[in-house]
Amino acid sequence: MSDEAFDPLDPRLDVGEWVSDAFDWFTETFQPVLDVVETVLQGLYDGLYEVLSAPPFLVMIALFAALGWVVRSWKFAVFTVAGFYLVASMDRWDAAMETLSLVVVAAALATLISVPLGIWAAKSQAVSNALRPVLDFMQTMPAMVYLIPTLFAFGIGVVPGMISTIVFAMPPGVRFTELAIRQVDPEVVEAGQAFGSSPTRILRQIQLPLALPTIMAGINQVIMLSLSMVVLAAMVGAAGLGLDVVSGLQSLRVATGVEAGLAVVVLAIYLDRIVSALADRAPVARATKLRT
Amino acid sequence: MTAVRAEGLFKVFGKKTDDAVRRLRDGASRAEVVATGATPAVIDASFDVRPGEIFVVMGLSGSGKSTLIRMLNGLLEPTAGRVFVDGVDIFAIDEAELRRVRQQRIGMVFQHFALLPHRTVAENAAYALDIQGVPKKERLDRAAEALELVGLGGWEDRYPAQLSGGMKQRVGLARALAAGSDIMLMDEAFSALDPLIRREMQDQLIDLQARLGKTVVFITHDLNEAMRLGDRIAVMRDGRIVQIGTAEEVLKDPANDYVAQFVADVDRTRVLTAASVMEPAQLEVSATGGPRVALHGMREKQMSAAFVVARDRTLRGVVRDQDVVAAVNRGDSTLDGIVGDDFTSVHADAYLAELFAPSAESPLPLAVLDDAGRLVGVVPRVTLLAAMASIVEALPDAEQDAEHGAEPARVEGGVR
Ligand SMILES: Nc1ncnc2c1ncn2[C@@H]1O[C@H](COP(=O)(O)OP(=O)(O)OP(=O)(O)O)[C@@H](O)[C@H]1O
Ligand SMILES: [Mg+2]
Repeated sequence: MSDEAFDPLDPRLDVGEWVSDAFDWFTETFQPVLDVVETVLQGLYDGLYEVLSAPPFLVMIALFAALGWVVRSWKFAVFTVAGFYLVASMDRWDAAMETLSLVVVAAALATLISVPLGIWAAKSQAVSNALRPVLDFMQTMPAMVYLIPTLFAFGIGVVPGMISTIVFAMPPGVRFTELAIRQVDPEVVEAGQAFGSSPTRILRQIQLPLALPTIMAGINQVIMLSLSMVVLAAMVGAAGLGLDVVSGLQSLRVATGVEAGLAVVVLAIYLDRIVSALADRAPVARATKLRT
Repeated sequence: MTAVRAEGLFKVFGKKTDDAVRRLRDGASRAEVVATGATPAVIDASFDVRPGEIFVVMGLSGSGKSTLIRMLNGLLEPTAGRVFVDGVDIFAIDEAELRRVRQQRIGMVFQHFALLPHRTVAENAAYALDIQGVPKKERLDRAAEALELVGLGGWEDRYPAQLSGGMKQRVGLARALAAGSDIMLMDEAFSALDPLIRREMQDQLIDLQARLGKTVVFITHDLNEAMRLGDRIAVMRDGRIVQIGTAEEVLKDPANDYVAQFVADVDRTRVLTAASVMEPAQLEVSATGGPRVALHGMREKQMSAAFVVARDRTLRGVVRDQDVVAAVNRGDSTLDGIVGDDFTSVHADAYLAELFAPSAESPLPLAVLDDAGRLVGVVPRVTLLAAMASIVEALPDAEQDAEHGAEPARVEGGVR
């Protein structure tokens, strides 16, 4: 902090400095916690990558296609085969699996945090009011800003990128969940109360099932935002397609950039379609589409 | 014991609610209180619902009906006042106990059905039992019974989206019936249904209530529905209950202009009974008196015919002036030989709609008899026409016209 007196005509507040100081204090104090977080995230990422990259790519493509067929259609399975085969043929398979691991772990954690937060916000107006500016802040802050403190706390690697991704991708998860729960027909909730159901039971049996399709739409947004972060995550050391884009940029090799970009698009379409198909398979979505 | 008892209930939304209650108790008008930023939805409501009756709460939109009914099972907490369900003060007990009261004593049927869209008809009907912790097999059995009762047997495995509005509401009804509670709250339960289905549902409710003896608190803004269903009717206006009484009482002696206006809309022919419009018989003669006595009375009243009643007032028949004169001339000592059956009698509980045809055919006023066949009054044609006139004045709506045209002979409903 500066020692000079504050001059109103030439205002100078060392906001950045203060935050940085606070951050130093934070990292030192909570080093053990940070270590645990790092181990867990790294472990999740490594584990998933291990699973995805171990089998030959043709086997994986078959599995992806089978999943697509089960939750969607045979047409989508055909697209899956074509798309992932293209990725492999551009020699981006390993990078794609690294990116997929990063996105899946980050999106899963973001969901695990954001859905309960959204439920809480839906139940309590005070929580909702408190969260709104925080979420606005998280979403409007340039995503790159998150890299700096996380880089400080965790050093180069996949973890800082992952944490930045989680922070950046979380807001729609919270927002959609809150909205989804608030949108549930109040009369149906009242029916639960009128027959003597407890609040937790109403949440489990009425609110969550009825809100599920909208919550899934939120999760889809979380995944898409996570994918959009892969390039930034690469800048602090995450491997994968993002890294290819970054190196393409640095060495001005258009081909590398385009190929990596294409692969990201394939992943994006695949994940989007799978998640929206899952949303359509939510019991309430299926039951309300039925006709006599 | 009363099934549901409301004691000085107030519900005020908005700011300074306790202050608002105090002002209202001190005689402030609703408008004065609204000016302070509070919205009184229910003002000083007190009533007792007797076990086994259908208690209808009627009022225009915004008069506080939903707010009132939601306080009866604690979905809304009153700003002041108390509610007793089967003698239990439901706001003096804790959450868990209140839930038990709701599970076991007081069910609810909703305007827009409030079914769980992701559960089958059977699971919906079994929902209340699920909450009560009844094992799956048993609750599905009991739900199936309830569905059978409302005429939805065989639809167990469908989903609500596959049902029509009327069927959905039957599921709502089955859910409340399966719960096994003796009291049912119904907030505009039939208002979202089209008129024909609505009639059917009303009949079904009346039938179920008669068979099962449930206590029903029924909310409606439709007077005809109130009249058809209600053993007693509470009329609400701007949060206050302005009258409580049977359908007839409300129709005949509206407590104020508001009720009178409301009532002007109703199809009276299906509510008013012969007993409610009849007049005392102008001339009746004793079967044990002789022809001379009869002639004297008829000359006095200038009537050309008289009803003959026995000592216990059972109607024996009519005598005509020329026959009485002939009997006097013959020197007969009794009326026995000349009592004719040239008259039409109706039961005291017959609806006005049933009286028009007999009245048109009968030269004499209609004789109104009670269950034991005793003469309790008469309905002269002019009285009927006067009642008609007030009905025509009230301009029955299109729905009623259609009903009259399509099924003139069908007379039903009204006060039971
Ligand atoms: N949660 C609430 N907050 C504020 N005011 C309310 C609330 N609920 C109801 N009110 C007000 O209370 C009054 C009574 O509403 P209520 O819903 O009980 O009327 P109602 O007779 O059921 O009408 P409707 O026939 O339209 O259902 C209305 O003026 C309404 O605006
Ligand atoms: Mg209402």
